[in-house]
Amino acid sequence: MSEQRIFGDAFTHRAVVARHPQFFQSIWTGKKKALTIFCLALGLYLFGWYSLGASFGQLWGGMGKFGWIVGLMLPPDPGSLHLAWVFFHGLIETLSMAFLGTLVAACLAFPFGLLAAKNVIPNPLIHVFIRRFLDTIRGIDTLIWALIWIGVVGLGPFAGVLAIITSDFGSFGKLFSEAIEAADKKPIEGVQASGGSKLHALRFGIIPQIFPIIASQVLYYFESNTRSATIIGIVGAGGIGLYLTETIRTLEWQQTSFIIILVLVTVSIIDWISGKLRLAFIGQQAR
Amino acid sequence: MSHAVQQISKDQFDRLNGEYRRSVSSKNRITLLGFVILMILVVSSFYGSEVDLNKFIQNIWRFPNYFYEITPKLTFNNFFGDISEWFWGINKWIPQLGETLLIAYIGTLTGAIIAFCLGFLSSRNMAVSGWSLILARRFLEFLRTVPEIVFALIFVVSFGLGPLPGILALTLHTTGALGKLFSEIIENIDFKQVEGVRASGGSWFHQVRFGAVPQVLSNFTSYTLLRFEINVRGASVMGFVGAGGIGQTLIEYIRKFYYSDVSAVLILIIATVMIIDTVTEKIRHAFIGTLER
Repeated sequence: MSEQRIFGDAFTHRAVVARHPQFFQSIWTGKKKALTIFCLALGLYLFGWYSLGASFGQLWGGMGKFGWIVGLMLPPDPGSLHLAWVFFHGLIETLSMAFLGTLVAACLAFPFGLLAAKNVIPNPLIHVFIRRFLDTIRGIDTLIWALIWIGVVGLGPFAGVLAIITSDFGSFGKLFSEAIEAADKKPIEGVQASGGSKLHALRFGIIPQIFPIIASQVLYYFESNTRSATIIGIVGAGGIGLYLTETIRTLEWQQTSFIIILVLVTVSIIDWISGKLRLAFIGQQAR
Repeated sequence: MSHAVQQISKDQFDRLNGEYRRSVSSKNRITLLGFVILMILVVSSFYGSEVDLNKFIQNIWRFPNYFYEITPKLTFNNFFGDISEWFWGINKWIPQLGETLLIAYIGTLTGAIIAFCLGFLSSRNMAVSGWSLILARRFLEFLRTVPEIVFALIFVVSFGLGPLPGILALTLHTTGALGKLFSEIIENIDFKQVEGVRASGGSWFHQVRFGAVPQVLSNFTSYTLLRFEINVRGASVMGFVGAGGIGQTLIEYIRKFYYSDVSAVLILIIATVMIIDTVTEKIRHAFIGTLER
């Protein structure tokens, strides 16, 4: 009450509200648009659950069964030393697939990235066409590419390598062309001003600028491909995914959890290494 | 004849040149070492993944041939008739595409909501305690590393066939992927506003709600939309393991060599993905425009 004695009624809650009504409105006032979007999103969400026919009973029953399966997964156990060796071999296969696939895709995508960049090829017809081509390749999932390549070279990890090459080719082409378009113009002009040809401008003007970016993107994709190489085994394209699917289908849950842990450890090791390498690459070009 | 450019003396030139060579050669050695390591890795992974160039060269014709096979035979005379024959199953495929989109939508939204909560717990500046920070981070890492199809495979066994395991698998993976991005965004906020709320007596919840959320909402929305694009692609292959959507139909057609049907479904998927990409990009730009700080 002491404030009221000193300041009179000026700082009571009601007086403040009366003086500054704009700070005491409901936070939704004047946000009709946001509210409408929110309601629409919520409506679609509820409609989705309803129309997909997923009932609460199915969710609840499945939860119980899932908990039971998780119980069966513990402790992780490969079964026998021989199987552990087989899984390890599958892991090496997966890593090789991811590594080779990413590297070859990057090499193949580089020229296309140049062709799709506005500042290298000013002709809109060519770069728009190349971009649509790359978009189409990206629109098809790695798993589908794997299925197609299995038809060409048969089952096995080689089909997986080819699938990773094809699907990453699309992504890399796009990423590279964006990196090239973001390159600073001045070094290119500098090379041309001192009498360099277009090829010189490319080699000494553009490539030194984009190399660290490209290298770090390639490393990032290698990380994510280690994960996706795990799953192409599901359709028969080699690697640890094949064993993962098999153990799930035959309900060998302890082996499943062993494989998952194997993959987790490998991926985190690769994350760590590539994180260091990425820093080193970007560090070369002080920014 | 006098030179316009003054030349340096011979021994001065030699000394500068020597210094240059020395500094370049150490850099070159590192590059060479990196190259050698790279080559060793390439060769070993060549063997590891059983690359067989002979087989590749002998069978490469099958690759273009496959695309030739799946291209329908369209004639000029009966163009519209051929088109409608090509897309004979459109009445079956469109609802399946819709189902795929809904799986992606529900999975993304549920995952984003969970990631929103975990993002605050796993960001260094807003974390409640050290333990919850470590726990939330490890949990998100686990969800991110296990591919969604693997979750789907396990969920199909426990929840039965249908869209539910697909939704749950996408939810978990989205939680992991978005949770990390969200926590990084939260770590980059301007902390003065949070301190302002704290200074005027706000609880942790108030600090999050009025200090942090207004700063991060536009970025969160933009990343969620980006994730939705990725999840549409992911949902299109969920059916491969029996977890709902158009993938089920597609893998059936591929396995049974129903060539023209494969191309029809693929075209529908690619078109949908492209439309979703364009639409979400528009929405993203609109959001960034209206919510710009």
